[in-house]
Amino acid sequence: MSDPKEAIKERSMVIQKDMLANLFTELSNAKKNGKKVVYTFVPGNLTELILAMDMLPVYPEINALQSGMRKKSGGYIKDAEKLGFSEDVCTYVKCDIGMMLNGNIGPTGEKLPEPDLLLLSYTGCFTFLKWFENLERLYPGVEIAMLHTPYQEDGVITEDQVKYMVKQMQEDVIPKMEKVAGKKLDYSRLEKMLGNAAKAEDLWVKVLETAKNRPSPIDSYFAGVYYMGPLNTAFRGTEEAVLYYEELLKEVTERMNLGLSPVTPEGEMKEEKFRLVVEGPPNWTNFREFWKIFYDMGAVIVASTYTKVGGLYDQGFRHEPGKPLESLAKYCMGCYTNLNLPQRVDLIEHYIKEYKADGFLINSIKSCNSFSAGQLLMMREVEQRCGIPVGFIESDLVDPRYFSYANIKNRLESYFQMLGQRKVILAQEEVSA
Amino acid sequence: MVIKIQELRNQLNTVSNEISDAIKSCFKKEYLIIINEFCDCNHVLSILLIGNCGIINSLNYQTLRIKLHKMIQAAERLTSLLDECKTLAFDLDFTYAKQWKAKSRYRLLVGYLPIYVPREIIHAANAMPVGIMGVGDRKQIIKGDAYYQSYICHLPRGVIEMALDDNLNNFDGFLFPSICDCVRNLSGMFKLAKKGKFTRYFDYPQNFEKHIGGTFYRELIETIIEDMFKINDMKIITSHLNASIALYNRNRELIEQIYDIRQEFPWRLSAVDVYHIIRAGMVINVEKHNEILEEIVGLINEDFGEPMDNIRVIVSGSFCEQPPIGLIKSIEMAGCYIVDDDFMLGSRWIQGNIDNTTHDPVNALVDAFLQKSAPSSAVYDVGNPRSARLVKQVRKRNADGVIFCAASFCDPALLDRPELQKACDEAGIAHINFQFHENTGQFKVIKEQAGTFSDSIKLWV
Repeated sequence: MSDPKEAIKERSMVIQKDMLANLFTELSNAKKNGKKVVYTFVPGNLTELILAMDMLPVYPEINALQSGMRKKSGGYIKDAEKLGFSEDVCTYVKCDIGMMLNGNIGPTGEKLPEPDLLLLSYTGCFTFLKWFENLERLYPGVEIAMLHTPYQEDGVITEDQVKYMVKQMQEDVIPKMEKVAGKKLDYSRLEKMLGNAAKAEDLWVKVLETAKNRPSPIDSYFAGVYYMGPLNTAFRGTEEAVLYYEELLKEVTERMNLGLSPVTPEGEMKEEKFRLVVEGPPNWTNFREFWKIFYDMGAVIVASTYTKVGGLYDQGFRHEPGKPLESLAKYCMGCYTNLNLPQRVDLIEHYIKEYKADGFLINSIKSCNSFSAGQLLMMREVEQRCGIPVGFIESDLVDPRYFSYANIKNRLESYFQMLGQRKVILAQEEVSA
Repeated sequence: MVIKIQELRNQLNTVSNEISDAIKSCFKKEYLIIINEFCDCNHVLSILLIGNCGIINSLNYQTLRIKLHKMIQAAERLTSLLDECKTLAFDLDFTYAKQWKAKSRYRLLVGYLPIYVPREIIHAANAMPVGIMGVGDRKQIIKGDAYYQSYICHLPRGVIEMALDDNLNNFDGFLFPSICDCVRNLSGMFKLAKKGKFTRYFDYPQNFEKHIGGTFYRELIETIIEDMFKINDMKIITSHLNASIALYNRNRELIEQIYDIRQEFPWRLSAVDVYHIIRAGMVINVEKHNEILEEIVGLINEDFGEPMDNIRVIVSGSFCEQPPIGLIKSIEMAGCYIVDDDFMLGSRWIQGNIDNTTHDPVNALVDAFLQKSAPSSAVYDVGNPRSARLVKQVRKRNADGVIFCAASFCDPALLDRPELQKACDEAGIAHINFQFHENTGQFKVIKEQAGTFSDSIKLWV
């Protein structure tokens, strides 16, 4: 395995990098500037509410994945294990706790501020609940607000569920946020932000749908995790995010019109040989090596489920300024990991057909039962319904001990050989027909 | 009068052959074998002691015979009940439940996974709630492993294996309480595999305000009532639900009585016996279970058995995937009386009685969940930390230590463990921990660990 070269970045990535740098600078000065800080999660996040009250969000999952990409997570995880956390449990949690034990230094090298509020938006992942119970004990006395998002167990969002969530927001979550922020929620400001969110969501969907083109101008998984960043985290609801997605769409459309393949860290991909749909989060500790295995083989991810953990906008959901709390409730309940297994299989089937994929691949994550439990049945079901080759690899989010490059490469190469062989057979059948 | 066992033993050695022969002449040979088996029993020893003191001469042999006969009958009955419970607890074909259902076309079977569901509503709908607690080490997993990666706990593999092997045929519905993402997704697997006429993820509210979380919970209960009604057309009426609540109140009372008796006299029943007794209650109707419990409580209220020089521990963290029986046995054999545990937490979830006299019993069930739930890793605990509740439980049970015993890959238990250990440290409570799979077959290390724990407490604490 050779050392990865310096990554080649698209324009939008540079813009996003600046947005993030500004956010982290703001965070490092938060206490000095009297800004309140809210720790919260990505799926089902209430970013517009946080921003509308002039508070700053911090996402422990993002800290963890960035620690993974910066090769810090291994040490952090071991420190958490020394504290008594089992090897078996979620490595995001252990990485985050380890990071705190080591001074809570963020990706810019500056200390992240301690939280003024822990906003537990408990969407699609039971571990979130345990995570914030642990954080509450690490920051004794901190205000904590819990928003329980009911699971779409029956494959629909019911009116009762919406009411339950709205009541929690009105009577518990928002009053606690107001108390910490020291100000009342300005609903007109919130509505404006939700309007901005909807605009950015429209643009994001258009970006995602360019992958229906052949060749796809984007990789919806490896590049997709960068593209989804502003919308899934601290920028949804801002004009900045709208501008970012306008720029991204422009850039992607240009590539599409020129018939270009996605940009990879080593430049433009030469030829699109395989179109894949991928289920499951990526590995962060060896992200570039992982991606390289795909682009070296001419494999493009045309749709992924992971990029829907922050919302299923491509299935029609939009934040609605006219119904602020109801739409926030529906948003939380509509995130990918809050869907039941039949819904997830239906969505994958839809992607395979809509994006004309050659194969379906699962990257099963040791740490993430929300994604992983049941994936083998999902795989069988998809194979049966779509009749395409399916592949299965295993890794972890941020624990480098569970990324075996040789094993994954070996398995993927065999999978791509199978896909290649199938293409040859299909072509022969087409000729003889 | 407290008679020390060792003193009794010493005096027993001096019992004259004449008296022994007299006793022997009163009973058939097989009873003598039982007497020998129960020779540590205080009653037998007391009688023999009395005889040695000469009082026997004034006793009517007939009275003696009746006393001993009753005692032997009690021992036989207890043994028989324990055997019955043992068989029921691990009947993975759920024979009793299926036979119960076969008696009427209006009867339903509703399977539920750990931890808690309000069984009262199922019972009131002319259905039997049946606990699906995994296969333990009683069934070889072949197909189930093909559905789960190596890093996922063992319980769902066994459940899928049972579903694919038709063990769960004749079940009308399945409830999957919100314990963790594995059980949540298992509900989806059942939906995909089209098992049962209904499958529900039982999403406990994590908000405990009556008009918020309570309303949500009530709607959840009503959905399940509706699911059952669609199948058997049986409407739940208030008096029926109140009667069901009363039955389950009694069930919990009796279970607590067993724990209370064991707290004081842990040698009267082993932890394995208690485990079988309570697990049996998850696969039979509550009426029958209450009868069994009533009898057992009556029998163990009598003084028998001999205390051993064991420490007293609470086992924590095994509320979902169940430890193998060998593991529970190993802990006790290593010198630790298990005076409390969370093995069958669902049966003991509501702490105290639920009001069974109201015109709105569903509301009573909601209130009970919101106000009387046991501490659990499945429920958001800020405001009522389970660490403090564990320390309180240790004090209440007069335990010497805690054994954290969680299933491998059990996120809820394992993510709670550091905080619970910290609370124990702060309260000066000794603790150890280990992990298991439901089909763990080797207990030597666990026995050694528990034995060392026991010795260290006996020697140093």
